[in-house]
Amino acid sequence: MSNQTSTNKRENLQGNHACALAAVAAGCRFYAGYPITPSSEIAERMSLELPKVDGVFVQMEDEIASMGAILGASMGGAKVMTATSGPGFSLKQENIGYGVMTEVPCVVVNVMRGGPSTGMPTRPAQGDIMQARWGTHGDHPIIVLTPASVNEIYQQTIRAFNLAERLSTPVVVLYDETIGHLVETVDVAGAQEIELHERKWAAGEADDYLPYQPDDDMVPPMTRPGDGYRTHTTGLTHGEDGFPTQDPDTANRVLSRLYGKLEHNKDIVECFEAMDTEDADILIVAYGITSHAARSAVHDARDKGIKVGLFRPITMWPFPEQALLAAASKARHIVVAEMNAGQLVLEIERLAGRDRVQGLNRYDGEHITPADILSTIEGIA
Amino acid sequence: MSQTKIKCDATGEDLAFNPMEYLREGLFPHFLCPGCGHGIALRAMVWAVHELGIDKNKLAIVCGIGCSGRLGAYVDANTFHTTHGRPLAYATGLKLARPDLHVIVITGDGDCLAIGGNHLIHASRRNLDITCLMLNNEVYGMTGGQVSPTTSADRYTTTTPLGNTEAVFDACKLAEAAGASFVGRELTIQTPSLKNMIRDAIKHKGFSFVEIMSDCTEVFGRKNDLGNSAEMILTQKSTMRPDSYGGNIVDEPFRPNFLPTGVLAQTDRAEYGETYRAAHRAKGSAK
Repeated sequence: MSNQTSTNKRENLQGNHACALAAVAAGCRFYAGYPITPSSEIAERMSLELPKVDGVFVQMEDEIASMGAILGASMGGAKVMTATSGPGFSLKQENIGYGVMTEVPCVVVNVMRGGPSTGMPTRPAQGDIMQARWGTHGDHPIIVLTPASVNEIYQQTIRAFNLAERLSTPVVVLYDETIGHLVETVDVAGAQEIELHERKWAAGEADDYLPYQPDDDMVPPMTRPGDGYRTHTTGLTHGEDGFPTQDPDTANRVLSRLYGKLEHNKDIVECFEAMDTEDADILIVAYGITSHAARSAVHDARDKGIKVGLFRPITMWPFPEQALLAAASKARHIVVAEMNAGQLVLEIERLAGRDRVQGLNRYDGEHITPADILSTIEGIA
Repeated sequence: MSQTKIKCDATGEDLAFNPMEYLREGLFPHFLCPGCGHGIALRAMVWAVHELGIDKNKLAIVCGIGCSGRLGAYVDANTFHTTHGRPLAYATGLKLARPDLHVIVITGDGDCLAIGGNHLIHASRRNLDITCLMLNNEVYGMTGGQVSPTTSADRYTTTTPLGNTEAVFDACKLAEAAGASFVGRELTIQTPSLKNMIRDAIKHKGFSFVEIMSDCTEVFGRKNDLGNSAEMILTQKSTMRPDSYGGNIVDEPFRPNFLPTGVLAQTDRAEYGETYRAAHRAKGSAK
């Protein structure tokens, strides 16, 4: 595309501002939030941007209300987002589960800080990997994206909206405080450069309409007030008609489809980066800000003749299992570097076998450095 | 299904109203216990909707969890059964995104005042055009009859085996103090008056809060030996409307906390959704 027709522009942006601009570019027209460090800049930017596009920003009374409000707005037909950090993410969990169960599209951003509890609000951490996967109660699938740069926050936030709309489900965008507050030059896409997906709307006869009857992609079209379908939405286990049921066959079918729709659409859900993995004797698995240190360490190790590669999940959940196994096919050792006491390492052990997997962990509010990773590599090699 | 006609309301107007036109007949028989006041409240609500001529396609009913929360499913409208305590939060998002809808929240004393108390305060303050119907039966009925924030003094519940020693909430005072621009309380036995109050609450531009004094016969009434449903609601009337009984109050009142009924507050405060949109239109893009 020539520069004359492109509406792309480059802007110096903080990660959290990139997230907000991406949301608006993706069509977000409703944001509800509650102030919390280190994510507050997202709410501040949304309060500025949304009125310009006839959207609505509302600062709610608490984190739970924010999650409820975005689900209410999404059920009304809007593309919606909220953002928070660890303590707020904990509070939102019940209603995230409601979104999963009722299949209501929404984007939830969690800018990770030191935990547990109030922890270290201004320090970076990657301690919410498992909460993002299993935070709400009960068996449920969830999509979690873990961008690693300001540019990628922009791209993955747009992708989060597309996945939420296409698959009718909450999508979590999960990144650490460091890239949330990092300033980088971002390619801010013009409207015509962005591939946007909208949710499917119900069509056809309103009488006896089944709101949870899926299409071939296993995703049911959505109804909204005013379109004449007058459907019922409940977090209770419900049949295709939307009304509660305790019939075991229906319960099994409904829950299986929730899992199934992500599995069926795996090609658009999964996203990862594999660097120098083809011949890698040692594989580093890292994400978010830690992947920058890992990339540097891989280059330094390669310079020293050690065959090291990097596997970086961009879609954290559902985890790109086959891609990891392919990247690790020649690896004798796998090092999972993460700023927590060992969370993703559990999944990697499950997939690749405990014998060849080890963690490189830090949870003191400081980063894992390239030197930390390089010395671990040299210790193994 | 038999056709039910009510020929006149408290103001003497003639009307033909069939509640089944507003209900999902396929879900009947309903799940409420015999004698529960919630069904009367639901009838009053759809009667008010009927009188206002609201298009069912533009009607959204948002409920929480509990006996009251289950009522939404019976209404032939756009119905949302949300999470415990949060219907006002969901309704806030829905109404802000879709100002064209009539949004009615149905909630209970536990849902609205205990787990969801924060949302009531702030919905009242924000004054978005939502109608909140709080069905007060003094008890957590669905979970087996535990004490609630509105359980009267000394009443027995499954978690107050020696009688309730906590003070009750006056939900209407709370809503009024927090800024709700329409506040009222009515009994289920006064169905036409209740219908009128709900109708006025829906018509009111801003956050309207109606506390509906319901009765839980099976769980709360049985536990406290308050008689059958008819006895319970008549006792309730005599204690809350003593003038109807020549000032005679029964020896053991249904609600010893004697709450006033009627429209208790009404103000002409700016509705929030319009205020938000007007502010941004006037100022253009913000600083």
